[in-house]
Amino acid sequence: MTSDIVADGLAHGWNVRDASTLTADLSLDTDVAIVGTGAGGGTAAEILTRAGLRVILLEEGPFASSKDFKMLEAQAYPQLYQESTGRKTKDKGINILQGRCVGGSTTVNWTASFRTPPAALSYWQQVFGLKDLTVDELAPWFAMMERRLNIAPWALAPNQNNDVLQRGAAKLGIATATIPRNVKACRNLGYCGTGCPVNAKQSMLVTTIPAALTQGAVLVSRARVERLTFVKDRVSALECSALDSSGLRPGSHKITVNARHFVLAAGAIGTPALLLRSRLPDPHALIGRRTFLHPTCVSAAIMPSPVEGYSGAPQSVYCDHFLQSQPVDGPIGYKLEVPPLHPLLMATTLQGFGEAHAQLMAHMPYTQAIIALQRDGFRDDSPGGRASLKRDGTPLLDYPITDALWDGMRRAYWTMAEIQFAAGAKSVLPIHEDAAAYESWPAAKEAISHLPMQVLRTRVVSAHVMGGCAMGSDESNSVVNADGRHHRFENLSVSDGSLFPTSLGANPQLTIYGLVARQASRLAAGLTGRPALPIA
Amino acid sequence: MLSRRQFIKTGVIGGAVLLAVRAAYGPFSADPLIGEDRDYPYAILQGKERTMLAAIAPVMLAGALPQESDARQRAIVQVVRGVDTAIRGLPPAVQSEVGDLFALLVFPVTRRVLAGVAKPWLDATPTEIAAFLERWRTSSFVLLRTAYRALQELIMAAWYGNPEAWPRISYPGPPVVT
Repeated sequence: MTSDIVADGLAHGWNVRDASTLTADLSLDTDVAIVGTGAGGGTAAEILTRAGLRVILLEEGPFASSKDFKMLEAQAYPQLYQESTGRKTKDKGINILQGRCVGGSTTVNWTASFRTPPAALSYWQQVFGLKDLTVDELAPWFAMMERRLNIAPWALAPNQNNDVLQRGAAKLGIATATIPRNVKACRNLGYCGTGCPVNAKQSMLVTTIPAALTQGAVLVSRARVERLTFVKDRVSALECSALDSSGLRPGSHKITVNARHFVLAAGAIGTPALLLRSRLPDPHALIGRRTFLHPTCVSAAIMPSPVEGYSGAPQSVYCDHFLQSQPVDGPIGYKLEVPPLHPLLMATTLQGFGEAHAQLMAHMPYTQAIIALQRDGFRDDSPGGRASLKRDGTPLLDYPITDALWDGMRRAYWTMAEIQFAAGAKSVLPIHEDAAAYESWPAAKEAISHLPMQVLRTRVVSAHVMGGCAMGSDESNSVVNADGRHHRFENLSVSDGSLFPTSLGANPQLTIYGLVARQASRLAAGLTGRPALPIA
Repeated sequence: MLSRRQFIKTGVIGGAVLLAVRAAYGPFSADPLIGEDRDYPYAILQGKERTMLAAIAPVMLAGALPQESDARQRAIVQVVRGVDTAIRGLPPAVQSEVGDLFALLVFPVTRRVLAGVAKPWLDATPTEIAAFLERWRTSSFVLLRTAYRALQELIMAAWYGNPEAWPRISYPGPPVVT
């Protein structure tokens, strides 16, 4: 029987508040206030509390845990995700999966853990002056977080969904490899995306957040940080709304958090939105710009034998061939992986409606899918999106898809179809409103040439939100420095995916862990006068 | 067996009771359909919106719903309830957008001009509704493709998130975990 970490923790004296239950305004005082409990917030919290600092964590989402994770999409998506998995870009062209709960996106992601690709680091050094962020400099931080989160290449055989990618690529002489995963005692269930029911996924929810809470950190959930207040070059406080019992709207109470130092880890989109609501001085209009998504297109295949893509470790095989076959600023390259297939997400992703759609759904156990993640942000014609605010202060990302990205997606459709046929697919269905199921590679190849690449015809999704508060050495093109410290506000750090000056070409969680482990350790040393302790 | 129009007009009082309502048409309410669903307190959807969804859902989900008439009508009720639940879980700004879309669909002028559906939803045939959905799905106007996607996602999510849908697609549901 899986023990529930939250129940256990509360029994051992964790200081946790659900802001939706407040009956009066709250004023709190601490050393470091951390906004957000995802990859960055969790990592920072554990390191800073380990250094003896008082920490308060604010989280907009609920404190859900394994007892809540029933592996049911209809329940998990509204509870654990931004906009119930329905967050979209301004023109509705891209559907974004992003977490909204304690643990952030790490509570709902599919466990892929990759160190920052050297090509991205080189680009950051050259173009953004991040000379310190070399492979060697970051290696010990990645190693520490890999130990902390039990990251290792998946040791079991890939499920059929992943095997199709592996054997199809192998047939074509294209290299694939095994994905490292942050899991411990994983039962190979396949439900990472609805919250791991057995605490095998080493998300922030079951690792750094419990460690920080056990060390005395305070966590307030269902609290939305509305703005920072500041005087001259110092941030003074956070002003937060306690959400109501729906967890979606501000309730009647407010929370104020005073601190010496402020760490923003509300994620890409979220952190820039907070800074915009705060009207933090932004002389070069950088905040929210250069937000990247790894825009992703999908190819489905019907295989002759059962795939059962709802079962087994969701992502265990990847292919970087189409990233490495050209320079990082060449024609946009893409990483290939596979997505888990569960009914609700599959149904809303597939094109069409009526009998045709029902027929496809009826083939669910025989359906395989490959996804291609476009490496955006390394060219002038891939400038990313801009996060701004809706009228009610909630965030909105405007990400126009450029021709360079459409070109990459068309090439990706060809690649995925060829791989699927090589693996023995009976038919291949590019996920596009104008595409049909093609029964041969030549037919698919021809049809893909003619698909109109336009928003809301080409299905585009994203599970990786990055950028909007870029690191860099120069104030004219960055908001924070290589340590995540704001160029102007001395007691303000950004510790999440919004740090990235470009996308990565790899799933971002380990990059965030590594960067934040390094910067939080330096922050702890700066605030305490003593070197920070390793957390693994 | 209630005709489609009767089913929509009379409302559903509860799955089992639906069968008993066959002979009587039940109270006629000014806002038809699923207006008297005592088993489910609708938080968001007004009567006219439920009518519209009860007309569109079986077309969007053609081939996916149970064939047998009573089971089918129960399924449609489940879908409409599911849409209400789903909207309730969305942030206010997005709920507002969905509300705007539904307003366009239930207001006769925009129903006719934008959706191209001349008849009230109660009277529109499945063929007419399918034609409207296809027009929006393939429209050269991004706004209409957007509106189509919003409908598709709400209706598909409401059905396929429901365990009733799973046997037909051979999805066994989540594994038992000890």
